[in-house]
Amino acid sequence: MAQRLTMPVEEQKPTNQPQQEFTGSEILLRCLIEEGVEVVFGYPGGAVLPIYDSLYQGALKHLLARHEQGAVHAADGYARATGKPGVVIATSGPGATNLVTGMATAQMDSIPLVCITGNVAQNLIGTDAFQEADITGITMPITKHSYLVTDVKELPRVVKEAFHIASSGRPGPVLIDIPKDVSNARSTYRYPEQVHIRGYQPKTDPHPLQITRLHQAIAEAKKPLILAGGGVVTAGAEQELIAFAEKINAPVTTTLMGLGGFPGQHAHWVGMPGMHGTYAANHALLECDLLIGIGVRFDDRVTMGRLDKFATGAKIVHIDIDPAEIGKNVDTYIPIVGDVKKSLEEAVKEVPRARSDAWMGQVQQWYREKPLTFKDSEEMLKPQWVIRHLYETTGGDAVVTTDVGQHQMWVAQYFPFARPRSFITSGGLGTMGFGFPAAVGAQLAKPEATVISVTGDGGFQMTNQELAVVALTNIPVKVAVINNRCLGMVRQWQEVFHSKRYSEVDLADSPDFVKLAEAYGVKAWRATNKEEAKEAWKEALAHPGPAVVDFQVASEENVYPMVAPGSGLDEMIMGEGDE
Amino acid sequence: MRHIISVLVNDQPRVLARVANLLGRRNFNIESISVGESEEPGLSRMVIVTSGDERTMEQVQKQLHKLIDVIKVQDLNEHAAVERELLLVTVGASSGTRMEINGIIEPFRASVVDVGPNSLMVQATGERSKLDALLDLLRPYGIKEVARTGVTALPRGATKGVAVHVGN
Ligand SMILES: Cc1ncc(C[n+]2csc(CCOP(=O)(O)OP(=O)(O)O)c2C)c(N)n1
Repeated sequence: MAQRLTMPVEEQKPTNQPQQEFTGSEILLRCLIEEGVEVVFGYPGGAVLPIYDSLYQGALKHLLARHEQGAVHAADGYARATGKPGVVIATSGPGATNLVTGMATAQMDSIPLVCITGNVAQNLIGTDAFQEADITGITMPITKHSYLVTDVKELPRVVKEAFHIASSGRPGPVLIDIPKDVSNARSTYRYPEQVHIRGYQPKTDPHPLQITRLHQAIAEAKKPLILAGGGVVTAGAEQELIAFAEKINAPVTTTLMGLGGFPGQHAHWVGMPGMHGTYAANHALLECDLLIGIGVRFDDRVTMGRLDKFATGAKIVHIDIDPAEIGKNVDTYIPIVGDVKKSLEEAVKEVPRARSDAWMGQVQQWYREKPLTFKDSEEMLKPQWVIRHLYETTGGDAVVTTDVGQHQMWVAQYFPFARPRSFITSGGLGTMGFGFPAAVGAQLAKPEATVISVTGDGGFQMTNQELAVVALTNIPVKVAVINNRCLGMVRQWQEVFHSKRYSEVDLADSPDFVKLAEAYGVKAWRATNKEEAKEAWKEALAHPGPAVVDFQVASEENVYPMVAPGSGLDEMIMGEGDE
Repeated sequence: MRHIISVLVNDQPRVLARVANLLGRRNFNIESISVGESEEPGLSRMVIVTSGDERTMEQVQKQLHKLIDVIKVQDLNEHAAVERELLLVTVGASSGTRMEINGIIEPFRASVVDVGPNSLMVQATGERSKLDALLDLLRPYGIKEVARTGVTALPRGATKGVAVHVGN
């Protein structure tokens, strides 16, 4: 499905001779193929007509989304599943602005994307021409870098740099805006072999002195704790992290973005910290004497913005590739700037073991004795039960994407991820509408994998138009709609903080998701109790193509534990129930 | 605390927008930004006057560094530096007050660069505080228009060998 299709251009390839001329759009395509791009996601329009004309010969696989937001989230899902940059193409003006949410989503979670937009011809730029939008200006705060290509001769260098910048250092989205006259202009072509950007040289090797200081701190620590984040996944450092945690004898908590970066089945793992974190993780954060943050950014959903109650007795070590993260949110005792994998490789060498046996016992006891709980029911389908069922029926061997809201937190809590890149979620921006198109991208990247899009009835309605794509191209994503007939997470906040004044959260009049899916040609099931749920899910998993299961769950369920905004991690509201 | 940050950037379209956008988005104060050519073709020097505590200043520098078009960031507070700004001010002047104004501006080494029927244009350079003082003294005569370039600055003795402090 995702193999490289290089046929027609391959035939012409020896023409990498300087004298032959190509159009800008042909050059762009050649550059993408040189970069090893397997698939691009996109949507055509006037300003990218030349690019789509070049795509016509089929040299590069293109997936036609039904909305540019779907395309960019799919490219993002592809990137998260593989670690390789996702590529998206959109036209000028509205096409480009439809990418904005997707770029911001990728920027917040440090996901490599190359976003290609057409623009009006250069003689029209600045005239409010038809479908003109200053997309480089609009996206300046939400891209790692951007280019407006003014000369076709620059295109190969720009593409080379864009891929390099997107995928190295702390990854992120890079925009290439190509005016139509540049796409049409002709030039000779040679893809640069090397890239040199004077102002961009990410530091990957950790400072040996700081590693020594880390070893000293570990030797002195009685209550060490590892807080691991998305940087572990980005760096592919899961093995190094396991070795490090075992050697120093420290418990590990992983942030939302870090889930899967350390196995959820490992004896050292104590769950996710923060607003909806476990008792063990939050109390370990409160009481540790050495906190080793690895590829994290001490986000306010973890610290609750209450630094007066966050690891106050601890020396904080911070390992990150981005120097600007260090000292941004918390004071750091030992800063280690470097690639997380390289840093851990260095750190694990001759690392002492902390005197932490009693502490390990304590934290593991918390994890055992204060587990996540919910009140199960035989009458109503409970969302937590559904998530656990998804885990049990797949043995955890799946790529799971989520949307944003309660179901997202339940997946984080009840689906213990064993491997990196198996959990795909919009952590930083919290973008509803992300999950389903991201699953499409992840499935294209991993054709053999079971890819499950767990989504809310609210979020699904933001981007469910991509059902057309999965139906037409037979992308076998399994959509699990956790249908509580309301905007659950907002409803929960209104219940708890606004004395049940439920304002504009009722989604009871949503369309029939089974009929909706069928209208697109996607098989679908509905489940209102455990028996139906088991049966429907079994059939959906067995079905070779895409499938939608509408799990009609209890609508008044809340996500617990919960730390209210403004409270410290010591003020957890625990859930009730026995499961 | 007030800091002068010197930033060497690629002379690329939009580079000023990138820097200004970053400073605004991250909620950093900007007192002034000035930009012009540097000693190296293709690079511009931006001088940013900003203020904040130590953590903020560290963040300003680190965040600026993340911009691809930024080559070098230097906090000039860590060096002895020469700081200058150019001021043009048009001040009300009658035949009776011209001499007085001349007398005021002279110790500032300012000069009259244009004369109108009822006004004078004065040019002055110096540190910001000096120009503020000059403006205060001219205020009673009626300030009609003011234009200031914002601060530009270089570290003293930065180039090898020449470390002599001359002038003020
Ligand atoms: C694009 C966007 N708009 C609004 C929000 C605010 N928001 C966060 S969670 C939520 C409710 C989501 O409801 P649903 O998709 O049904 O999921 P549930 O919480 O019920 O699991 C809303 C509106 C958001 N995160 N993203």
